[in-house]
Parts: sequence; structure tokens; C-alpha cells
Amino acid sequence: MFKYFPHTDADLQAMFRKVGIKSLDDLYAEVPGQIRFRGEYQLPGEMSEMEVRQLFDKLGAENKQLTCFAGAGVYDHYTPSAIPQLLSRSEFLTSYTPYQAEISQGTLHYIFEYQSMMAELTGMDISNASMYDGSTATAEAVMMAVAAGKKQNKVLVSETIDPKVLAVVKTYAHFHGIEIEMIPAKDGVTDLSTLNSQLSTDVAGVLVQQPNFYGIVEDYGGFADACHNQKALFIMNSVAADLAVLKTPGEWGADIAVGDGQSLGIPMQWGGPYVGYMCCTEKLIRKMPGRIVGMTQDNRGQRAFVLTLQAREQHIRRQKATSNICSNQSLMALWATVYMSLMGKQGLKEAAELSYAGAHYLCDELLKTGKFTLAYNQPFFNEFVVRYSGDVDALQKRLTENGIFGGIKLDADKLMFAVTEKRTKEEVDNLVKMAAL
Amino acid sequence: MNNRLYGNLIFELSQEGRSGYSLPKNQYGSYSVPAELRRKEDAALPECDEMTVVRHYTNLSADNFGVDNGFYPLGSCTMKYNPKINEEVAALPQFANLHPLQPAETTQGAEEVCRQLCKSLCELTGLYAFTLKPFAGAHGELTGLMVIKKYHESRGDEARRLVIVPDSAHGTNPASAAVCGLEIVEVKSLGDGTVDVEALRELLAQHGSEIAAMMMTNPNTLGLFEKQIPEIEKLVHAAGGLMYYDGANLNPMLGAARPGDMGFDVMHINLHKTFSTPHGGGGPGAGPVGVRKGLEGFFPEVSPYHGNFAVAMRAYAYILSLGRENIKLVGPLATLNANYIKESLKDVYELPIDGLCKHEFVFDGLKDKSTGVTTMDVAKRLLDYGYHAPTIYFPLLFHESLMIEPTENESKETIDGFIAVMRKIAQEAKENPDEVKSAPHLTPIGRVDDVLAAKHPIVTFRQLKNEIMKE
Repeated sequence: MFKYFPHTDADLQAMFRKVGIKSLDDLYAEVPGQIRFRGEYQLPGEMSEMEVRQLFDKLGAENKQLTCFAGAGVYDHYTPSAIPQLLSRSEFLTSYTPYQAEISQGTLHYIFEYQSMMAELTGMDISNASMYDGSTATAEAVMMAVAAGKKQNKVLVSETIDPKVLAVVKTYAHFHGIEIEMIPAKDGVTDLSTLNSQLSTDVAGVLVQQPNFYGIVEDYGGFADACHNQKALFIMNSVAADLAVLKTPGEWGADIAVGDGQSLGIPMQWGGPYVGYMCCTEKLIRKMPGRIVGMTQDNRGQRAFVLTLQAREQHIRRQKATSNICSNQSLMALWATVYMSLMGKQGLKEAAELSYAGAHYLCDELLKTGKFTLAYNQPFFNEFVVRYSGDVDALQKRLTENGIFGGIKLDADKLMFAVTEKRTKEEVDNLVKMAAL
Repeated sequence: MNNRLYGNLIFELSQEGRSGYSLPKNQYGSYSVPAELRRKEDAALPECDEMTVVRHYTNLSADNFGVDNGFYPLGSCTMKYNPKINEEVAALPQFANLHPLQPAETTQGAEEVCRQLCKSLCELTGLYAFTLKPFAGAHGELTGLMVIKKYHESRGDEARRLVIVPDSAHGTNPASAAVCGLEIVEVKSLGDGTVDVEALRELLAQHGSEIAAMMMTNPNTLGLFEKQIPEIEKLVHAAGGLMYYDGANLNPMLGAARPGDMGFDVMHINLHKTFSTPHGGGGPGAGPVGVRKGLEGFFPEVSPYHGNFAVAMRAYAYILSLGRENIKLVGPLATLNANYIKESLKDVYELPIDGLCKHEFVFDGLKDKSTGVTTMDVAKRLLDYGYHAPTIYFPLLFHESLMIEPTENESKETIDGFIAVMRKIAQEAKENPDEVKSAPHLTPIGRVDDVLAAKHPIVTFRQLKNEIMKE
């Protein structure tokens, strides 16, 4: 038998006798003949482990490894060695949703830590146990704002939000019957006076991003009050790691803070898996989608952790649930938790400041070449947009050929670069040299 | 505070001035974040040295139970073996370091993995095209329903807002429909656990022009194959609705029947169930959605990039490892294991619907209910004997549901061991019911107080600290 099937011939015969059948085929006696699959799957034949490994090595060689100077929501941060080692422990990897609390304290315990850390990072009261990614967490926040409101059905979204996140939000909104209206941007930032004119009694929420899609750190002073005056919730999407330094969604007066946790040391892995976070004020806890872990006691008087407030969820409430989400993104939440434990209070800040310094140095050096100008005169964090006087496509092609992922092209003459603590000064100088040609 | 050192929260192990990281020195000169952009106070994250962090999480893992620890017969979840080679290929730096927006000419290997996986999934399901974008099963359901809604809208058939689900459906089915802006109509099951075709016929006669789709799990959540599927499919299609296949129970169908051949138009697959990717304590999974020819233009934008790509890598490695010869044995062996357990226990546990099951089946508690020992008690007592509990109190059709799914990877010895323990617990329920009712006794913690947790939610360390201060 194949290596994942333990059945010997003797086992099969004994089991057939117990079940009262003569062959495996008899197990499907009730399946109508016309839909019974009796052919051969058009798939490759069994491969040995060596062959599987060789095939993936060959496919891997068809990808090109680039030094990454791009972000747009996904950042090339360094992963400390301890994380993949700890996460490969089978007890974490091969368990499922912690329904049986007595043998799942490992998972429940780290989710409680994750919730605690995300609440600290965002400056919010509480966090859920995590969501799929930043885009779906944002879409869920938009639905949550509408569900928390009283018959308001419109959500205002700043034009400075990541267009990829916006596309997902719009998908959910379209099918859920939520009206999305864009708040125009001026000089790369959300315009408060326009927002004020757009706010009305039918607005359930206002969604902004910080730093925004262009890497700009916006001034959201006055936004929360404007929203709350109209009984709308203020939703802020942020890159998690940046909040170690930046003014938090909590400090800006946000009701819901969401975003992607990929920046917390999770590899880029071509788009996933990452982890979405969602935090909110204590008042909104029962409107929150997804799993939440709470503290309690066991019958021996010990501290214990357990899935809680489950009356919000699909397996209890079915169509009346706060969301259709079932599991969280547990293992990736653990990834972020171990990252935050290792980096700690100081390390997370230091990495963010290094990223900030690298990006500002790169920006200054690019401007010195005389071929680039800053697209927006606004404060930025570790990502920025420049105009290029030459042919953007030709520049990007040259950079790619030299092993550099040279930013994201935004339009005919605009490029967006990002720098993390993982880039060395040598790499930055090399990019500048190649870009100056 | 907990007196077991490793029962502590990482925050309780923190000491000011310790650190568990090292970063290169800043070589860029004096750039620093201006004060007006900064948060007022540092995030109160723990400060720990590296070994403290490693010990903490290593010890936490010891309080967990996974497939690698032992038998995990959690019904509806397909807790099969997670092959180690899959982990190795998914972590290859040639894939793990790819930025999702990298130029296409630099990601040809990754593109090929996705193409080949989609092609394999088409072949195994009899459908025409797959998208890998959905992140999980429930996300796949939502995506599939969006496809269906868009299809009807494209035909100007906007009155179709109803989705039929059997009363045995997973909770995510009605919840996904609600998120998608659709409404649910339930169709009853017959005494034998399968869809009541006559009731369906009446429902269609009444609401035919409003039906967007029927969602089915086949085999259903009782583990029973819906043998009327050719008739059901004809009725729903004749009324203008589409057929949605919830792929949660696809495993027993490998080597036996394909959803496309059964007449389904749209489906999702839980790669973390049927295709062996690890459940990770509750995610990440992946929920690719497949459609019949003609519907591939309706895939919505439900995620920004390529879905959970590293999960797709593992699934493709699994399909390659098994190959066409072995993949067709997955369903039959999983089904054999389930039927063997059912036949070996049905004299002591209540089997409400007799007959062949597929990969799983449901008992309605112990046969002898006079002892007062419930399904919850049986589940908790199993933990003492080193087994994960089955799924309990689902489906909702019975009061004491105990849903057992062994998967194809379990040996006869393992299964015999489980059967012996289940029989022993039935015996204990008669002779010493209190022992069972107060179980578990041998786990790191005892039964938890769910009510306390929900009545007064403490969900962060900060809340916990404030609580202690108050006292």
C-alpha cells in the first residue's frame, strides 16, 4: 500500500467482514450508476518524495529572486529564525479550531496573547482572534459598521486607500447591498472639508488608511469627531508594524482598526497566507465578526482560555450571524505573536525606524540624481511616490534585469518605492546607481 | 497569577530591559520620525530574551493536541495526515520570497504551480475552471454564491434571491448566503436523512422563479450520500436555479464520483480537508472555487493576489505524491474506516439512520440514556484516553449528535483502540457515571466555565491587569 495508507490485505478483509461487503466498490452501492466515476483521472502517476522535491526545485528555479523595493501593502521584513522553528511544531500545525478547550490551551493561550498585542499596537480596547487578511478584514469592518448602525447603508471610503483593498471592499459591498462613496483626495491626502460635506444621516461608516496607499502619514485630526457627530463609525486601515511608532488608530479616535499583519515578520509568499487583524472599542464587541478568545476558569480553579461570545457566530446564529467567517487565521496569528514577543516593545520600534530612515535616505538620493521629483509634498513613512523624468517601463525593466524589484508603477510617470529594515545601505545605493543611469 | 511558570502569559514573563532581537545598525544617518507623527506611549509589548520566548511557545505547544499526536476523529473536518514534504516545499525561499506584485516574467514557477493545481482540481471534480483566490471554505462559499448571483444578474434575472439549503447544512451555508445578500429557504430531510424530494418539488412549484441556487453537501453532514441527486439536479435546473456543491465532504468522493458529473455548477474545495494541508489551529486554509464552463467569467474579486498561495503549494505536492493510482483510493479507504467504526459501535451508541455511510456518520449519543451521561461527557472522557473528541452537537437534527470521521490514514489498530475506548466509556457510563460526567481528569485543565467567559469578557492582558487592580 501507499505510504499514507496503512491498510494491509488482512486488515481490508477483516474490515470488509465487519461491514458486510466484499470489495471497496460495494461501499458505493447506493451511488447511481450514471454518476459513478469509473474512469482514470487524467493526472500524473505517483511520484516519490525525491521526485516531488526535484520538481518543486525546478519550478522554483523558474522564479527570479529580486531585491525588493516595493510594498503597496506587502513588505519584505526580516523573519527571526525562531519563528518558523516554533511554528513547525506539530502540536500547533496539525491541530484545528480549539473546540475542546481542555486539550487546546496552547492555541487558546497564544490567541489571547495575540489579541492583547494587537489591542496594544492599535491602541484599541479589544481584538478578535484574527481574520484571513487585511482586505477581507476591511470588508468585514465595513459590514460591521452597517450592522452596528440604525438603517444607515452608506460607507464613505477615502481615495487614498489601497486599490486592491478597495476592490475587495467593493465586492462585499455590492453583494451585501452597501453603497460605497469615495472621498476625494487632495495632494495625496483625504480632504476633511469634502468629507464633512459628504457626511449625512445615511452614512454608517468612514474608511481611511494610515499610512495611506502612497505611504503618506495623513493628519486625521477632526475626522473621528466629524464621523461621530453624524453617528458614523470611523474605520482605520493600517500596516500593523508601522503602528509601533505612528500615532495609533485609537489615538485618532477610530472605532474599528483593521489591516494586514503581514508586516509582522510574515514572508511575502506571493500573496498569502497572511493574517488580517480587527480591533475595536469595547462597546462594539458583540458586533465583532470571527472568533474571540476569553479568559475564564476551569473546574479545578485554574486560569483557562476558551472561545467566547460564540452567539455572534455562524455555527450558532446561521444566517443571523455577524459574518460567515468560520475559522480565524490561527497559525499566522501565532506567527505575528511570536514576532511581537521576540521583537518586543523596543525591537518593533527599532525596525520601523530603520525602515523609515532607509526610505528617506533612498528618497533623498533619488532626488539628487535629478531624474526624480517627489510626487506629493507630504510626510511619508517607509514608502513614497516619485515622478520619473524618463521612461518608467524601461527603468523597471533595467532594474528587474539587475535583480531589483524597482517599485510599483502607479501611472505613466509615477513610481512607488518601499524600504524595510531588511534592505542594506549597499542595496539602496545600488538601486540609486541603477536608477540614475 | 498562575503559579506554573509556563502557564504564564508572555506578558507575565517580561522584564524591562530584556530583548529577543538583533538588528543591523542604522547606516543612513539622522533620519527620525517627527514627534507629531508618533504615538504618545510605546505599545506595551513584552520584553523577553530569545530563549524565554522559545521555551514559552514550546511549552504552550505541549498543551495542544494535533493530528500528529493522535487520533482526531473530528467529523466534518477531515483531519487527515499532513505530509511533511508539503511543509518543506511550501517553505522553499524561491517561492516564499516572492512579492505578489513582482513582474510576471519573474514568477513563472509560481504561476505554473497554480495552473497545474487548478487543472488537477478540474479533473478531480469534473468542473471547467477554478480560482484559487478564496482564503477558506466559508470564503469559497461566499465566492461561489457571488458567481451565482452575478450569473443571474447577467441574464437580467434579478428576482432570484432565494437559496435552498437542506436542514442538515453547515452553519456557514446560510451565513454565506446572508453576507451575499441572498435569503435562505430550508428543505426538510426525510427519515433516512436525505433531502425530501417531494418537499423540494413543492418548494420549487411555489418559489421556482425566485430560486438562485440550491446548496448541497454530498455526502451530507450525516455522512449519507444523497442518492436522489440526479432528480434534485434536474428539478432545480428546470426551475432556473444553479446547483452549489459544498466541498467540505469531498474526501469520500475521490475515486467514486465527481460533483460536475452529479450536475453541480459551482463548488468550493477545502484544501485543508481533502488535500491534506494542515489546519494550523484554525487556519490558514484555502477554499478554491470551481465552476462549470460558461461561469468562469463571473469570478469576483474576493482577495487581492493569488489566495493562500503557500497552502496551494502544499495541496499540489499532495496530489503529485499520491498520483492517479492512489488518489482514487482516498475516498474508499476513508469510507471503509468510517463504516467499520459505525458497525463496531452501533450496539452501544444510538445510530439513528442505519445503512452505509460515507467518510463519516453520526450517533445520537449513547444507546442507554438512563445513566444521564451525555454526548458532551463522552467527548470529554475521550480526552482522558488520549483521543480528540468527535464533532459534537452537530448536525442539529439530533439532540446528542456525535459525528465521527476517521479519514483514510488511520490504521485498523488505531481504530480498534478507539472502538475499545468508546465501548469502555459506554460501560463506565453504566457503572460509574460520575467519573464520566466529571471528565476530563488527565488533561492540563479541567472543564472550563464558558458562562463566566461570556458574561464578563476578558479578552486582553490589559483588561486582565485592570481586573486584578480592581481586586
